[in-house]
Amino acid sequence: MAEALRSEDYLRRTDTVAGWQIRIVTYRIGDRHYCHIDNVSPGATISRAEGTSCREAEEAALSKATERLEKTRRRS
Amino acid sequence: MQDYAHPEALVSTDWVAENKDNSDVVVVEVDVDTGGYDQGHVPGAVGWNWSEQLCDQVVRDILPKEGMEKLLSSSGINNDATVVLYGDNNNWFAAWAFWQLKVYGHEKVAIMNGGRGKWLAEGRELSTDTPEPEATDYTASDADNSLRSFLPEVQKALGEGGFDMVDVRSPEEFSGEILAPPGLPETCQRGGHIPGASSIPWGMACKEDGTFKGREELEELYASRGVGGDRPVIAYCRIGERSSHTWFVLAYLLGFNSVTNYDGSWTEYGNLVGVEIEKGS
Repeated sequence: MAEALRSEDYLRRTDTVAGWQIRIVTYRIGDRHYCHIDNVSPGATISRAEGTSCREAEEAALSKATERLEKTRRRS
Repeated sequence: MQDYAHPEALVSTDWVAENKDNSDVVVVEVDVDTGGYDQGHVPGAVGWNWSEQLCDQVVRDILPKEGMEKLLSSSGINNDATVVLYGDNNNWFAAWAFWQLKVYGHEKVAIMNGGRGKWLAEGRELSTDTPEPEATDYTASDADNSLRSFLPEVQKALGEGGFDMVDVRSPEEFSGEILAPPGLPETCQRGGHIPGASSIPWGMACKEDGTFKGREELEELYASRGVGGDRPVIAYCRIGERSSHTWFVLAYLLGFNSVTNYDGSWTEYGNLVGVEIEKGS
C-alpha cells in the first residue's frame, strides 16, 4: 500500500519586498516543493509557485510577487 | 470551541481527520481558485473555485438558488449533510461559502478552524484524487437576505444611524493609502472608507496559526472598537469575502443577533458617483 501523501518541511516566515510585508510559506508534498506568498495584513494570496526544490519554488513565487508588489502605489 | 455562541459551526482539524470518512459529512475546500486544492487536499474533499462556482458569472451577485442547488447536488451534498468548509487565506472563501449556504438555508455547516494552512502545517494526510460523488437532489430555501446588506440598506442605515459599520480591510485600505491589498489589481476609483465605519481588520480575529481567538478575547476586541452586539452590524471589505469571515465571527462565534455582510463592499461603494466617502484613519 502506497504511503499517504502529507505536507512536509512546512516553514513560514515574513519578509519585506518592494516596501510591503509578505509572508512566505514553503512546504513539500511528495517530490514537489511549493511556495505560497501572501501580503500579511490584508492576507491575500499574491503568488504561488512550485518546483523540484524549495529554492526553485520560492524564487519563482518571489519573482511573481515582486512584480506585482512593485505595481502597488501608495497615495497620500 | 465550546465557549463560542454556536460551537457546532466550528470544527478542529482533529475532528475532520476523525470524521472525513463519515458518510454524513462532506468536506469541501474553497479557494479563490483550485491551485491549492490540486496540490493536495483533505482526502475525499470536494474542491470549489470561489470565482467560478460561488459567484454568478453574469450578474455581480451570489449564486442564484438554482445555481446553489446544482452545485450542492453535484458535490454529493444532500439537505441533511454536515458540510465542513476549509480553504486558504485563513478561510476567507470558506467563510464566503458558509455565509452563502446560510443564505440558502443549509442547516449543518461548519468551518474547519485554521483552514488549509493548519492542515498543511500539521503534516496531515493529503490526496490528489478528485472525488466523483453521486449526485443528489438538493433543494435550497429561498434566499434569506436578512444576512446580507445591499447598497440601499447601507445608505438607509447611514442616513438613520443606530447601527455599527465595520470595515475589515487593512488599515492602509481603510485610510485610502492604497486601493487594493498590495500586489492585487486596483478595483476602485477612490481610496478611503464608508463614513462612520470602524476599522477592525479581519485578521485581528485570528491567532498566528490561523485559528480563531477565544470568545472572551474576541468580545474585548470588538467592544474596544465600540461594537458590542447591541446594535445591528454591517460588515464590509473590498469584495465581500473578508467581511464574510468577520460576519461569521460576529454571528456564530459571538452570537450577535443582527449582522449582515455588505458583499458589494468597497468596490461598489467606493465607485459610486456623487457619493461622499471618508479618508484617513
